[in-house]
Amino acid sequence: MAEDIALMAHLMRRAGFGATREELEARAAQGYDATVDELLNPETVDGADRYEFLRYHPSFWKPITSPGMGASAWLHSMLNTERVLEEKMVLFWHQVFATGGSKLDHWHEMVTQVDMFRQYGMGNYRELLVELSKNPAMIFWLDNCDNHEYAVNENWGRELLELFSMGVGNYTEDDVRECSRAFTGWTIAASIPRNAHGRYDWEFEYLPEDHDEGEKTFLGHTGNFNGEDIIDIVCAQPATARFIARHLYNFFVAEEPQVPAWSVTPPNDPEAIDLLARTFTESGYEMREVLRVLFTSDFFKNARYAKIKSPAEVLVGTLRFVGGYKFPAPGIGNLSKEAGYMGQELLNPPSVEGWHTGAEWINSGTLMKRINFSADMVGDTTRPGIQAIVNRLRARGDLEPEELVDACLDLMGPLVVDGDNRKQLVNHARELGTLTWADDVQARDRVGEMLQLVVSLREYQYA
Amino acid sequence: MTSNKKDPVLVVLQLSGGNDYMNTVIPYTDPLYRDNRPAVGIADEDIIRINDELGFHPSLRVMEEMFNQGNLAIVHGVGYPDSPRSHFRSMDIWHTCEPDKLGTEGWLGLATREIDPHKENVVTTVSMGPSMFRAVSVAGVPVAAVDSLDSYGLLTGISSQEQRLKILDRFSQMYTPTIGTGAVMEYLGETGLEAMKGADILKVAPGMYSSTVEYADNPIARKLKDIARIHLADLGTRIFYCDYGSFDSHANQPGMHAGLWNDVCAGVSDFFADLKEHDADDNVIMIMFSEFGRRVHDNGSGTDHGAAGAAFALGTPVKGGFYGEYPSRKAEDLQQGDLVPNLDFRGFYSTVLEDWLGLDSKPIVKGEFEKPKFL
Repeated sequence: MAEDIALMAHLMRRAGFGATREELEARAAQGYDATVDELLNPETVDGADRYEFLRYHPSFWKPITSPGMGASAWLHSMLNTERVLEEKMVLFWHQVFATGGSKLDHWHEMVTQVDMFRQYGMGNYRELLVELSKNPAMIFWLDNCDNHEYAVNENWGRELLELFSMGVGNYTEDDVRECSRAFTGWTIAASIPRNAHGRYDWEFEYLPEDHDEGEKTFLGHTGNFNGEDIIDIVCAQPATARFIARHLYNFFVAEEPQVPAWSVTPPNDPEAIDLLARTFTESGYEMREVLRVLFTSDFFKNARYAKIKSPAEVLVGTLRFVGGYKFPAPGIGNLSKEAGYMGQELLNPPSVEGWHTGAEWINSGTLMKRINFSADMVGDTTRPGIQAIVNRLRARGDLEPEELVDACLDLMGPLVVDGDNRKQLVNHARELGTLTWADDVQARDRVGEMLQLVVSLREYQYA
Repeated sequence: MTSNKKDPVLVVLQLSGGNDYMNTVIPYTDPLYRDNRPAVGIADEDIIRINDELGFHPSLRVMEEMFNQGNLAIVHGVGYPDSPRSHFRSMDIWHTCEPDKLGTEGWLGLATREIDPHKENVVTTVSMGPSMFRAVSVAGVPVAAVDSLDSYGLLTGISSQEQRLKILDRFSQMYTPTIGTGAVMEYLGETGLEAMKGADILKVAPGMYSSTVEYADNPIARKLKDIARIHLADLGTRIFYCDYGSFDSHANQPGMHAGLWNDVCAGVSDFFADLKEHDADDNVIMIMFSEFGRRVHDNGSGTDHGAAGAAFALGTPVKGGFYGEYPSRKAEDLQQGDLVPNLDFRGFYSTVLEDWLGLDSKPIVKGEFEKPKFL
């Protein structure tokens, strides 16, 4: 049973944003494969209710030039949805197809892009790429609105190949040029200047008169290609299958080197990448099938705590864990900024390369923010999630220092910590001796403090 | 060899949101100023006259004093070609010196690495705010991000000081890197200790500080007071970064713009008075900039995003005066209704990097640009 819980906790940290012990127990009873099934086919459970959110926060309807408002709308989804893998895939694609609100200055279009990831993110990758090519935020972000028949702009054409599908080293400069030509005329309507308080809505528009109808030669194929033809060719490339496999591995399984190094550094687990890539191709680019293979594989199940949590995972995971942050509630604007303070400003990645992940999330400022934020949250014993932990401990009666430490580590994970660090926690617990419940307030404070020490651990920074 | 020469210190005050250049340094004798500013123009009798062409906004009395003392340089027409007129993109450009592509390395992060290549002092650069400004952020360069000096530190949510110190003691033991735990665990350990060390160094500053200067009660004055306290504690901090705003005055500009400059000027005045009281002003300069200026013609209530702006350098070591030329307000000289920059901001930075911090500016600003000689 303990092993079932540990495995389920691992799955939910990766395929979702963590879960309370109550949820883990229920899911463990339901079974691992059944849980994977539900995560992959979430239609039976509820997503977040955007309209409830907007009823309480009407100013978030079409957020315009205020940064943070788009991120708050998304945070509401991440905190409230029961379709956690669907939402995790939104985060995944946001990190891969990194689009920066800073350049758009139009947060509503960022929210629309995120909604598109929610709709297509677990579906067919080819369809997703087509949607991405037509996504107004992306078109503006990578200047495809400036890509004309007689004045080719290669920004989108290049990044489609380099960062969104195949990876550098798998195509020539001529391919970039031809790819860009095929996407001429794919633009946005209402690309007119801002009004006094924001921008007008953007819509995808195909202008045949601005499309280059000439013959193109792309990756060995020749024809009068349009954008969708390019996407067909791109999807069929073995490099694309491996690129997506590597991204999935880095996001869901264990750290890989940063993307720019992929052309020279082989994967950490070549067999895993082969399996995922093969599934991708054989299924006809169905993300759902690739994810099923991933989550049911041994390489996934054995990769516990092999990744540093991203700031979004810290923020959402902690808030879902301590509970009491179901929105609509005031303060969501400030909460959504916390991920930025930890180094991941949602909807505003630093560049089209996205964020550097793994150890690069950490510097002295961001680490302090992570620890302080998590400690403030778990130290508040009035939060429902923390109360639930206190109740479980109280049900066990008096606790010796070692029992208190092990119970807290178990309920916060179960978290596996280095022997010396466990000893430090035990020594700390020993200072006040056996935990008794005679003084309930004091006992709760002691638990809260122990949880604060646990979230300060280096081990807690791993997912 | 010992030297009594104090290290130069740079304070950056970023005017976030797009400060209205034309209502800050006002070309009051130009009839085009009146023509273009029917709604937000400053009344003639309120303008603080600097010379027979230019005057300050009435909230800039402090700047007038500094200018008359020769301690304020006003740099005209600062910007870069093809201003995108987006706050965030523009700010990125100012922060990374990359107008043509998306940069990720901040110019002062790179400067920090040059100043302290062996990371000997984790508070060489202090960023005042809840998150680090991109201008100071470069991977592997430690920078302290201080929201408020009095509450800065690890686990500050723990209210009992005694308990907190005990927990911090545990923390430092739990973060001591142990061999064989893997590169990432070791890195986390070092970084955690670095964070604690930075907080430890900075926490002495409030206790060492005493001053007769009472700072104005506004957010930027509080930040500048924190900067003064850290500077006066002599902790080796060379670069401070802070911001104030938002100067994004699309609507109701007159009251808003005046209020912001009142706050900035009160803070700046207190800050320099404080440094002078402690004889600690001779190695400090402050620079101010905004991501862009605003549209020449007002919109009936405020002004929209523009292009060229003014940058300022303040402090005892600064050679006061005007630098560069005020861009033409003539309709035929405007681009999309905006003043056209005639001095690249990277030249302004180059002056600061080379003639103040003593660094080679070329690798930091990525090129060679005309330097206004205000130092």
